[in-house]
Amino acid sequence: MGYCLDQAGFNQILNEWSKEYFVYAPKLFKDGGSFSDTDRIRYGEIHTVEEIVFDRKSDYSYKEILLPLSQTLFFFTDDMVKEADLPKKGAVILLRSCDLHAVKRLDEIYLQNGCEDYYYKRLRDRVKFILIGCQHSFENCFCVDMGTNRIDNYDAYIEMKNGEIYVDNHNDVWKPLFTTYSRRTPEVIPAYATENKTHIHIPDGITPDIAHSKIWDEYDSRCINCGRCNFVCPTCTCFTMQDIFYVDNGKVGERRRVWASCMVDGFTDVAGGGCYRKKNGQRMRFKVLHKVYDYKKRNGYHMCVGCGRCDDICPEYISFSNSINKLDAAIKEVSINAVK
Amino acid sequence: MDVNTKKMKKNAFRVTKHRGFTASRIRVPGGYLEAKYLGMIQNIAETYGNGIVNITTRQGFEIPGIKFADMPKVNELIQPIIEGLDINQEVLGQGYTASGTRNVTACVGNNVCPYACYNTSLFAKKIEKAIFPNDLYFKVALTGCPNDCAKVRMHDFGIMGMTLPQYDKERCVNCGACVKACTKKSVSALATVNCKVVRDAHKCIGCGECVLNCPTGAWTRSHEKYFRLTIFGRTGKKNPRLGEDFIKWADEASIIKIICNTYDYVKNYIDPLAPGGKEHIGYIVDRTGFEEFKKWALKDVQFPANAEINTPIYWKGIKY
Repeated sequence: MGYCLDQAGFNQILNEWSKEYFVYAPKLFKDGGSFSDTDRIRYGEIHTVEEIVFDRKSDYSYKEILLPLSQTLFFFTDDMVKEADLPKKGAVILLRSCDLHAVKRLDEIYLQNGCEDYYYKRLRDRVKFILIGCQHSFENCFCVDMGTNRIDNYDAYIEMKNGEIYVDNHNDVWKPLFTTYSRRTPEVIPAYATENKTHIHIPDGITPDIAHSKIWDEYDSRCINCGRCNFVCPTCTCFTMQDIFYVDNGKVGERRRVWASCMVDGFTDVAGGGCYRKKNGQRMRFKVLHKVYDYKKRNGYHMCVGCGRCDDICPEYISFSNSINKLDAAIKEVSINAVK
Repeated sequence: MDVNTKKMKKNAFRVTKHRGFTASRIRVPGGYLEAKYLGMIQNIAETYGNGIVNITTRQGFEIPGIKFADMPKVNELIQPIIEGLDINQEVLGQGYTASGTRNVTACVGNNVCPYACYNTSLFAKKIEKAIFPNDLYFKVALTGCPNDCAKVRMHDFGIMGMTLPQYDKERCVNCGACVKACTKKSVSALATVNCKVVRDAHKCIGCGECVLNCPTGAWTRSHEKYFRLTIFGRTGKKNPRLGEDFIKWADEASIIKIICNTYDYVKNYIDPLAPGGKEHIGYIVDRTGFEEFKKWALKDVQFPANAEINTPIYWKGIKY
């Protein structure tokens, strides 16, 4: 059901929601960029609609709410363990179509890939999603080619137009709220990007032989293995564990899980001093093929959702979409070599 | 030919080795100017000079080969440049009214450079507005970060940008990028403790490498801009030396106040017999003692709460 609200009306709803939820949206962090006098757009708690950044892509995704960068799972001392408390409230997350498609990937990994992940599930169960419309594509987006530009399994859809907020609500629990605070009830159809400037083509004939292609070699020197591409990615789900003992009292400690990156040193280190992917080109190969090849073999659809954040943030101007587009040539290269 | 060379020099025209020919000196605060002024400079060089423009070591332009008689005409042509660069000018239309204090120089700063911790061009302009048309021999330079590309330690006042790194440990994934960058490129102020990062505030020079290298935004810059102020570095004949740290974590206002106070100090203590009325401030400080300088310099200066004052200061350098 569609609603049109003024900003004050929507802020009333945010206020009502705040009793039960933290509301997260892309917002501007002044001076939060890497360089001086630059800002950052990333997810943070919002209290008013004015705080939401509608006209730019967030540098980092919504992922950090479901999967905190550093999450304490439990505390331990002697023979006792105490689980870390859950956040006091659930979460409402405002996100774009690509990101909502990415939630499916997170769920796949944490809920369907073997046993359910307890720590993910208890956060996930209390989350509602509000889709932000995309009136146009942003730089480096390739959602259209990935088929992630549209989605309809949202709790609500939101769009800002001429200072008014248009909502399509799918959540019956919220119906009275929207009815109370809306001015009109027009039909609201989600806006979505129908065209991107960036195009990708994922070839069908990828085989494991592609690992032997020379296309990966250039990344040995171009890539600096900083991991930004992984950290901004809405579908990267890898983590590592930290068991630490407090400095002041070594008998007490905590277990945390923190994001890990397949580009950063240490990711493939194993006992005995081995390291499976030493070169940055090998790491790039692993990442690219995981996003557009082997994840699909297991789950039936590609992992990458085409948000383009990895391209946006790479300090070395390495384009992930361009690396996908090199796969065709790589297939030919390795098949010719195989014939030889 | 009857020319008052003292007045001429103050008017930013040089006495050159070629009798009867001068060079016009155009200063560009912070080395930052709109390209349209380059055409005006070209016009002066081709109309009244010998067609050559020298880019000076202090980010100015020197136009040689100008006849003494043409100085008033050159001043007319310079006027839009003086106004466009917002130079303090006591008498309109007659060129520069002071040249003893040298052009305030700056590296390119955060208009362009990723390392820079502030807008060097803007701060250079602020200092220009505060200290000109003083004619005493002062050299001020600004650099965006402790890399010191502007070589500010060779100046009377060297201003080096700093940021106070802010750490959000909830965003830290222990990738090690900041610790590695700080150790390899900076001063090893960071250490890993229990998979999080601890910063040694005393060691930290505020270069921002941790922020630049952090892939998750766990490290960010402070909203406030901070500066290291180095003093009384100099080149020259007797005792060239690098400037020493005076204030760490200073702000813009305190730096401008200290420089202005130093003009009062120099007016009071300069050697009245100094050749050409020109004496490096450092030699005056050598004579009065550092404590006397400090008393004058810090008068009514308000520092940020975290500012550190380095005192007393001893300079090194080569003594001939």
